[in-house]
Amino acid sequence: MKVLYFAWLRQRIGVANEEFDLPGDVDTVDDLVTWLIAKGPGYAKGFAEPQVIRAAVNFEYVPFDHRLSNTDEVAFFPPVTGG
Amino acid sequence: MIKVQQENFDVSAELAALTSGNHAIGGIASYVGLVRDLVGADSPDDALRAMTLEHYPGMTEKKLAAIETEAQSRWPLEASLIVHRYGRLEPGEQIVLVACASAHRQAALDACNFLMDWLKTEAPFWKLEETGAGEAWVDSRASDDAAAARWKVKTDRAAE
Repeated sequence: MKVLYFAWLRQRIGVANEEFDLPGDVDTVDDLVTWLIAKGPGYAKGFAEPQVIRAAVNFEYVPFDHRLSNTDEVAFFPPVTGG
Repeated sequence: MIKVQQENFDVSAELAALTSGNHAIGGIASYVGLVRDLVGADSPDDALRAMTLEHYPGMTEKKLAAIETEAQSRWPLEASLIVHRYGRLEPGEQIVLVACASAHRQAALDACNFLMDWLKTEAPFWKLEETGAGEAWVDSRASDDAAAARWKVKTDRAAE
């Protein structure tokens, strides 16, 4: 799967995107966040307030209980500020 | 039509192209967003030097197209356009253009307002402000969420 990070989340984590196989114990977006937080302090800092982070799977907004597959493109980002 | 681009746009040329050859159009409502310097009001150090717009290529185009389709389903539009820039922009530069053309004034104005409200809360763009004091990401505004929510209430009611 491919995972992308934007804006201050990208800065805190230190990478814009990464690819890895869906971990065996990760079923939902929420599980993925928990798994990422355990990867390192940048992730823990980025996801310190998970309620403000929005998630998109394959370019569509999804709730955190959305189930993931290994072919998904998942994106995490702060609230949007365009316009 | 959706355009996501780094380069500036010419409002007159865009509007002329939008309505070209369609004589059913009675008017165009348009909105042009500019980079403004509000933070610099107190001290020169706070003055905005530039703003960098980051976006999510692929999702941005998809969300803007979905928002435009939604506007076309709600109002009788003859034509519509969203142009949104990304990259580094300086105060006074144009960021966004939304234009809606219709036979009637109210549909054009309402659709234009709707598109701006929705793109502010749905389109994956983020603004990074650069001042003398450093860089800071712009926070989302509760007032933008409220502005977008009023259109949602209308849909829910319409669906009942």
